[in-house]
Amino acid sequence: MADTASTSTVPVRVASFALCAGVGVFLARAVLAIPEDEPGVAPLVEAALPYSGVKNPVTAVLLNFRGYDTLLEIAVLVLATIGVLSLAVGRAEVLPRVAERADPVLSALARFLAPVMVLISGYLLWVGEFGPGGAFQAGSVIGAAGVLLALSGHARLSWMSGFALRVMTGVGFVVFLGTAIGSMLASGMLLEYPPGMAKDLIVVIEVWLTLSIGAILISLFLASATPVEELRGRMEEHR
Amino acid sequence: MSQVDLYTLAGSTLFVIGLYAIIVRPHLLHKIIALNVSSAGIFFVFVGIARRVPGPVPDPVPHAMVLTGIVVTVSATAYALALAKRVYTVTGSAELDVSGAGRESQADG
Repeated sequence: MADTASTSTVPVRVASFALCAGVGVFLARAVLAIPEDEPGVAPLVEAALPYSGVKNPVTAVLLNFRGYDTLLEIAVLVLATIGVLSLAVGRAEVLPRVAERADPVLSALARFLAPVMVLISGYLLWVGEFGPGGAFQAGSVIGAAGVLLALSGHARLSWMSGFALRVMTGVGFVVFLGTAIGSMLASGMLLEYPPGMAKDLIVVIEVWLTLSIGAILISLFLASATPVEELRGRMEEHR
Repeated sequence: MSQVDLYTLAGSTLFVIGLYAIIVRPHLLHKIIALNVSSAGIFFVFVGIARRVPGPVPDPVPHAMVLTGIVVTVSATAYALALAKRVYTVTGSAELDVSGAGRESQADG
């Protein structure tokens, strides 16, 4: 049954299967060995929650207790965007053509959807303080709104491909890093917010993170808009 | 077998399925999809682990880690797709040569 043209040779497949089966058995034993009804670190989070500045324990872990995880995460996002943008050639010329061919139905729908999506994004950002939500969810909705606008021909194309979007992709990381270093100068530890300021600082970080993540997702999507044939032609030119 | 065991075992299985496809499938797009399948398996395991605490509220730390992981997976996927597109643009194929022969013919691409 196997399509031999698109898979490896039989010995490689058998060896890989054996390897993966071994890893699977090892993993199954490992996850079954994890004890249940163990409180783990949950009580620590609960005990420290009143000092975190937010009421949602997941947000508290993300932006306060393990803030460096989130700082490195946004750094990874910015790095990936730089990588994707450096591989993208000639996307500015493609966007007007996408706008020209936009489906009128999609276009009309996007006019209604985009403001609602921005509103939902704001709601998700606000709700993250005490429930499931936060900067990443809000940012992904902004990103989806931007992609929808670009595909339906509503976006200001100069804005979409321009300098402003690139600044937006970096600003969340810069604000977060600035806060981390600032709080280190104030209280001696990286990301240890001064007492009483945790909530304000988290809100500032989250707002900028939301805008940045939205801009990053739009950039990642639009950077790959150039058709392959055109890309090939441009790479020949550059040679 | 408890609910937690079911989730973590299903997650491990997903991870292994993805791992197998990453090794065996020569097409870059297949590898990227397989990478996403195996990351979904890891998230599954973490969400299962978060539920093992007593009481109704799950452990927030694995949840926060999964959130971080999803974002990293998205950015890794985007970069991998951009690289795969570049490979296709340059060589005309997004498939790695697994036959062992014909490497010379593709070397100058």
